[in-house]
Amino acid sequence: MNVRLILVLMVWPFAAIAQGFAGLGQGAEGFATPRPGVALEFPADHGAHPSYRIEWWYLTANLKGEDGRSYGVQWTLFRSALAPETREGWADPQIWMGHAGLTTPERHFVAERLARGGIGQAGVTAVPFGAWIDGWRMQGRAAEGRDELSALSLTAQGTDFAYDLDLTAEGPLVAHGQSGYSTKSESGQASYYYSQPFYRVAGTLDLPEGPIAVTGRAWLDREWSSQPLDAEQKGWDWVSLHFESGEKLMGFQLRSTDGAYTSGTWIGADGRAEPFEDGVLTMTPLGRARVAGRDLPVRWRLELPAKGLDVEIDALNAQSWMETRFAYWEGPVRITGSHRGEGYLEMTGYE
Amino acid sequence: MYRTALSALLSHWRRHPMQLGSLLLGLALATALWSGVQAINAEARASYDRAAGVLAQDRLEQLVPTDGQRFSQEVYVALRRAGWDISPVLEGRWSRAGRSVRILGIEPLSLPAGAAPQPVAAGGDMAAFLSQPGQGFAAPQTVAALDGADGLPPLTAAPDMVPGMVLVDIGIAQGLLRAEGEVSRLLVAPAQPVGRTPLGEVAPGLSLRAPQAEADVANLTGSFHLNLTAFGFLSFAVGLFIVHSAIGLAFEQRRPMFRTLRALGLPLGALVAILAAEVLILALAAGLVGIGLGYGIAAALLPDVAATLRGLYGAALPGSLSLRPEWWLGGLGIAMLGAGVAAAQSLWRLWHLPLLAPAQPRAWARASARALARQGALAGGLAVVAVLAGLFGQGVAGGFVLLGALLLSAALALPGVLALILGAAERASRGALAQWFWADTRQQLPGLSLALMALLLALAANVGVGTMVASFRLTFTGWLDQRLSSEFYVTARNEAEAGRLHDWLEPRSDALLPIWKIEGPVRGRTAEVYGVADHPTYSENWPILTGTPDLWQSLARGEGAIVNEQLWRREGLRLGDSLTLPGGAERALVGVYSDYGNPRGQVIIGVEDLTALYPEVERLRYAIRIDPEKVPDLRRALVDEFGLPADNMIDQASVKRFSLQVFERTFAVTAALNVLTMGVAGFAMFTSLLTLATMRLPQLAPVWALGLTRGRLARLELVRALLLAALTMVLALPVGLVLAWALLSVVNVAAFGWRLPMHVFPADWLWLGALALAAAGLAAAWPALRLARMPPLRLLKVFADER
Repeated sequence: MNVRLILVLMVWPFAAIAQGFAGLGQGAEGFATPRPGVALEFPADHGAHPSYRIEWWYLTANLKGEDGRSYGVQWTLFRSALAPETREGWADPQIWMGHAGLTTPERHFVAERLARGGIGQAGVTAVPFGAWIDGWRMQGRAAEGRDELSALSLTAQGTDFAYDLDLTAEGPLVAHGQSGYSTKSESGQASYYYSQPFYRVAGTLDLPEGPIAVTGRAWLDREWSSQPLDAEQKGWDWVSLHFESGEKLMGFQLRSTDGAYTSGTWIGADGRAEPFEDGVLTMTPLGRARVAGRDLPVRWRLELPAKGLDVEIDALNAQSWMETRFAYWEGPVRITGSHRGEGYLEMTGYE
Repeated sequence: MYRTALSALLSHWRRHPMQLGSLLLGLALATALWSGVQAINAEARASYDRAAGVLAQDRLEQLVPTDGQRFSQEVYVALRRAGWDISPVLEGRWSRAGRSVRILGIEPLSLPAGAAPQPVAAGGDMAAFLSQPGQGFAAPQTVAALDGADGLPPLTAAPDMVPGMVLVDIGIAQGLLRAEGEVSRLLVAPAQPVGRTPLGEVAPGLSLRAPQAEADVANLTGSFHLNLTAFGFLSFAVGLFIVHSAIGLAFEQRRPMFRTLRALGLPLGALVAILAAEVLILALAAGLVGIGLGYGIAAALLPDVAATLRGLYGAALPGSLSLRPEWWLGGLGIAMLGAGVAAAQSLWRLWHLPLLAPAQPRAWARASARALARQGALAGGLAVVAVLAGLFGQGVAGGFVLLGALLLSAALALPGVLALILGAAERASRGALAQWFWADTRQQLPGLSLALMALLLALAANVGVGTMVASFRLTFTGWLDQRLSSEFYVTARNEAEAGRLHDWLEPRSDALLPIWKIEGPVRGRTAEVYGVADHPTYSENWPILTGTPDLWQSLARGEGAIVNEQLWRREGLRLGDSLTLPGGAERALVGVYSDYGNPRGQVIIGVEDLTALYPEVERLRYAIRIDPEKVPDLRRALVDEFGLPADNMIDQASVKRFSLQVFERTFAVTAALNVLTMGVAGFAMFTSLLTLATMRLPQLAPVWALGLTRGRLARLELVRALLLAALTMVLALPVGLVLAWALLSVVNVAAFGWRLPMHVFPADWLWLGALALAAAGLAAAWPALRLARMPPLRLLKVFADER
């Protein structure tokens, strides 16, 4: 999912400017680069890969409340390394960033955390699985002998919201690209990328008006790499969609000055992955909304002829703006058309 | 009509340029001293605010350790993981090879929004800041002062940084301060996440502290600035006396003109309005001149003030002065206000002046007994306030209430007391001339009383402050002798050299005494902890104020600690109390020593105890006991044979000279203000006498007509001025001594944390008395000379005029 790769690569300089420092995460040499033909290894690859520059644990959930309303939740832990190593204490060059979002039809809540590695404030362990920053946790609670990510508890708190969710996977891990080696552009940038898109969710959202019990589904993305993007690439539009048929779709387009580069993976109800190349997926913006002072396409037409897919996706809340150090749009969408369902949309680079 | 009236009224000033000059000069002088002092204070305050604004701790709550010690960063992590949005800060003093700087370690990622110090927020290389060897931000002068210092990260000059401080990443700071894994305090973000675990459950050793509007240094120096303000105000009050007499005179002399203008049809309201406008314009002009002068005074005094603040409190002030509206607007305002107050009485009288009242200028009417009694009662009331403040007052504020009430009370009581003395002298005197002299002197009292009150204030302040400074100097030099009992002091450049130096010096000296210290929080504030060797140098010389008989043995056994007077007083400690040292070790308090010129707390323990508690302590400095005659040889040998740079050694005499120099600079400002105040008081006297001289002709003419020569009369005038000044001096003396007592025993204790014994210096009083007489004599000389040379015709005219 190269969109997030771009996100993080761009986030750090932006975050750095917001903080008053330029050049964070840039210029450090000696990072490992993804190579094809290297098999993913679990549970070790659930943990951190400090020799790669960037990495994330990215979870989005489409939820339905006991009140019948729809909600969306995002929980993300980013890792960005100043140097390809770990050290004890403050000298550790690993830096962590957490983003949490909670979307209701009317409101969108955001929280952000930054932490240094090496002191225990943030980090990830593979066995038993645990990813945390401050009080936010994605904690593995898998049964003996099951994959570490097969069951999770998830919690995050902002100044005006919190959530506490239990997740149980009802399908296998899905590797994108060539067995997890996901090519990112024509010039060869790549990342390691796999997902667990089959979570069933139950839990509680804490909103200013009170707690709400929710159920729904969630999608976890794991990706790490070291390579930056091309200079011409202006932004991206990315979706992760759950269809009522049980099938799923991860797709994105990278917008550059000379057109868009699209890619993605069709996931069967049994978890079988069918990655597709550039040009197979067509994404067409339909309706725009004024969000945070800019025009964003919050309604899209998606066409994937090979799968008979021709759907419209529409934001649950057009104002799902992540007002973080590097701001972007991320929120739940409804799907209508040839397939029905729900999912998540992410958009960056609209000025 | 109005124009005519205006030009008629203004013509007065054309004919009396001297009067105009004295009015403008008085007001300008008063404004100058006031605004000069305010300019210095404003500059200092701005600098403190900047210090307080570092990390926005003037706006943010903080979590601080209840025991004042640094705590583990695990506590920080535990709080973060419990949901607290906080950011760790580590601070402390770094020193090496005689250079010392405050280190402020921050964690840029968790800093609350807007708390990032300006240089960090402005830009830079974050990766370089976070990674070894780190990057330090400091004020340009601090960067220059630390140029070439070993062990610090590369420094970047940042103009907005507070001088004397280096900002680094917390990880770098932990290394520099040898505080691995330790944190001083935590900044609390204004908006906190929901569902935090209560503080007590996660970090019971921490407590929440409200935002600090002022930095510690602002608290420390508050009394110093109050001191300056008090002096400025005193000068302003004295200046107002001048203005009052000049305006009064101008009004009195223009009475016939007022009457004529009114008779010609000028409405009373218009007349008052024109005169009020005249006063305001004069005040504006004088105020502007005064602000200019004030800027000059402030600019001249600022280096001394900065040196004082640095020496006494470690507060860094910029060396240059900026024109801040808060003081120049204030100065202008107070000039207008002062002139308004001074003119109010005259305008009030004018408003009530009957149109056909005799236009005869009267010397200020002899104050009625009732007015004197009222003033006396007020003086008595203020005296009671002063006594109450002395008995029950707390801190610096209490001290200044005492001082203010005392001075005002004395000033208000002065005319009454002088009237009693003169009345008694009149009754005791024989002969018409003598009786006339006393009675006439008493008659003049109301007119002169303001000037005399000003003189009293100036003299009392001089006696008081002079006594304080001299007492301080005497005590300080004695204390220096005790404290600096070793003959020679050396500092090695690094630990390896220190070891060689020790071995090299051992056979060449009578004793080698380590001067090793660490810095850390004691009772919540940064203090120095020294270790001393078990050597007679200390037990025989150290300036102990109170202590157990075996305190040095107790230190040598590692059981006890002694503290300086400041820490002792501030914390209300008693012998036997347990004292928590940085790191958590406890020692019993076995003694207290005096430690002048040091704003901070200090603790002394045995040197073995120090190295056991803090094995990482820097062991570079030694005091050397040696025959004083061998010092030059030792110095040469150290340079030539051992190879220690001359900068790394200093002999006793140089240290003392340097210390006294700091001391003298500390009080240079006080002395300068003292002299200026005396000058203003003398000028007040001069203008008052000048005013009186013109108005007194009708009273002198009959005496002249009875046969007294003009020269004789002039001499009598001179004697009168000297007599009044002498009486005022005599009365000022006790007031000044009480003032000195209050400064030494109340204000100093609150401001600096030490109490000084009071010494009196009668020779100084004689000198001051002579100065007062000289001032009075000079002030009276010109009016007396004019009287002596006055054409007899003018005296005759007194009888010829139709009054």
